[in-house]
Amino acid sequence: MTAIDAGTALPRQKTDFWPILLPLAMAAIAWPFIGAFSTWLTLTLAGLAMGMMIFAMASGLTLVFGLMDVLNFGHGAFISVGAYLAMVAFTPLAAFTQADSLSINLLALVPAMLLAMATSAAVGYVFERLLVRPVYGQHLKQILITMGGLIVAEQTLYALFGPQIIPLSLPTALRGSLEFGGAAVEKYRLLAVVVGLIVFLCLQFMLNRTKIGLLIRAGVENKEMVEALGYRIRRLFIGVFMAGSALAGLGGMMWALYREQVHASMGGEMMVLTFIVIIIGGLGSVGGCFIGSALVALLVNYAGFLVPKIALVSNILLMVAVLLWRPRGLYPLSSR
Amino acid sequence: MSDTLLALSGVHTHIGRYHILHGVDLVAPQGRTTMLLGRNGAGKTTTLRTIMGLWRASQGSIHFDGAAIEGLATPDIAQAGIAYVPETMAIFSDLTVRENLVLAARGGPPDEKRLEWIFGFFPALRKFWLSRAGTLSGGQKQMLSIARAIVEERKLILIDEPTKGLSPAIVVALIDCLKEIKRAGATVLLVEQNFRVAQEVGDLVCVMESGRVVHHGAMADLAADEMLQRRLLGLSLDSHQ
Repeated sequence: MTAIDAGTALPRQKTDFWPILLPLAMAAIAWPFIGAFSTWLTLTLAGLAMGMMIFAMASGLTLVFGLMDVLNFGHGAFISVGAYLAMVAFTPLAAFTQADSLSINLLALVPAMLLAMATSAAVGYVFERLLVRPVYGQHLKQILITMGGLIVAEQTLYALFGPQIIPLSLPTALRGSLEFGGAAVEKYRLLAVVVGLIVFLCLQFMLNRTKIGLLIRAGVENKEMVEALGYRIRRLFIGVFMAGSALAGLGGMMWALYREQVHASMGGEMMVLTFIVIIIGGLGSVGGCFIGSALVALLVNYAGFLVPKIALVSNILLMVAVLLWRPRGLYPLSSR
Repeated sequence: MSDTLLALSGVHTHIGRYHILHGVDLVAPQGRTTMLLGRNGAGKTTTLRTIMGLWRASQGSIHFDGAAIEGLATPDIAQAGIAYVPETMAIFSDLTVRENLVLAARGGPPDEKRLEWIFGFFPALRKFWLSRAGTLSGGQKQMLSIARAIVEERKLILIDEPTKGLSPAIVVALIDCLKEIKRAGATVLLVEQNFRVAQEVGDLVCVMESGRVVHHGAMADLAADEMLQRRLLGLSLDSHQ
């Protein structure tokens, strides 16, 4: 038997650090303009907290697009559902949320998170079966039908809970601030950073260390071959769609607590930001989505402080700059 | 035939409004390598894709291991014991060599002894075990694509033009690999444009033309009959050897 020559060494695989350095560079550049270290630290931590919440909302959207090639403009519905579920779950748990102890507060917060995720996942299942499945591979129809789905979801929430903005109080122990280096950092924002990091690490572990993750990464590249290997990609689609919806629900709940209010259109309002984030990160890339979320949120906070007039357009400018540098986003998938 | 593993009978396939297969009749006996030859556009790739369920047969029957599979979904066909090596190789370039093979081994982690057997004729896969598959050369990608099909025992292996675009040295080694797979008892249905490869590894041959099988018989008979080769394949052997 002739053994095929093992061949010459492959080109060394380079790790692309530039995108990772961007948030650090942005923070470093902003510091001298902001001046006071304490203000800079407050803004930076606020930006990171906001970024982690946006990441939770957007990570599901990027996975759904990457694997299923579905442009889901209805993703905001799951964000709103998550927000309302926070309110629903907190009502019977008021004794826990109003206690002074953090651990007792968490006894209310964790079940509320799980409820928000489970309900959003269930809504995602129905959404996929009824609206998305008939339009696989048809982008224009996907946009129209998922936007329609978002409107129906919003109106249903209005019908169920009323049109008014509903105030939502933070659990007692999460109100107020802690002081770090002279900077006041809201306790809830620290929790948001922790939750966002946990979500990111769990996603990274799942994608890189489990067979389900391998299947998702392979499915993003070549669905047909995954099926030819004997795996049912449709089941994977549903699983990923539900997981993406659950993450949006979690993000929506975190966002509602951050804003201390709930209304049905809050998910729709976040859609522009989530799309900017996944475009900056590279469609389908979880790592890119993480960096994109941090960049967008940091910029909003810095711009809001330094040049409030351009804060509203700062995300668009950032997206344009990133796409001029890397037209397929920070971490494009090789298959797209 | 009692030892028939795969049998296609009157299979028609439409892709959109195009009618590609016009009643394909084909038999692949157990433990043999059946070559599927024909000019470009004859319908060879469509035949393999129709067997795999990647395109639906609009008419006709496909029996595998005694059961009808023409209505089954692709994953069910794969789980029935058919492996597929597409013309494009379709390796997962963002995954490592190891991850590609782990995914192909549905029954659990790849068997160590079987991996050693594969490394015996594809040493590059051991060398680049943890490298991203996208960084491999064309020949190495083809090795990975074939390794994925044989990392677990399958009843039937469908291979579409494995030597296309590869250097002569790699083609020679691939022939040895295909012979080794044959020795291991696998049934192979192999689409190949390179007649020399077909001659070396094929037991039986089917020649396709315009979406139909126009000749079937022993590979040795076709190899010995230059007139038949010219008529069926338009071959000028000088240019193909």
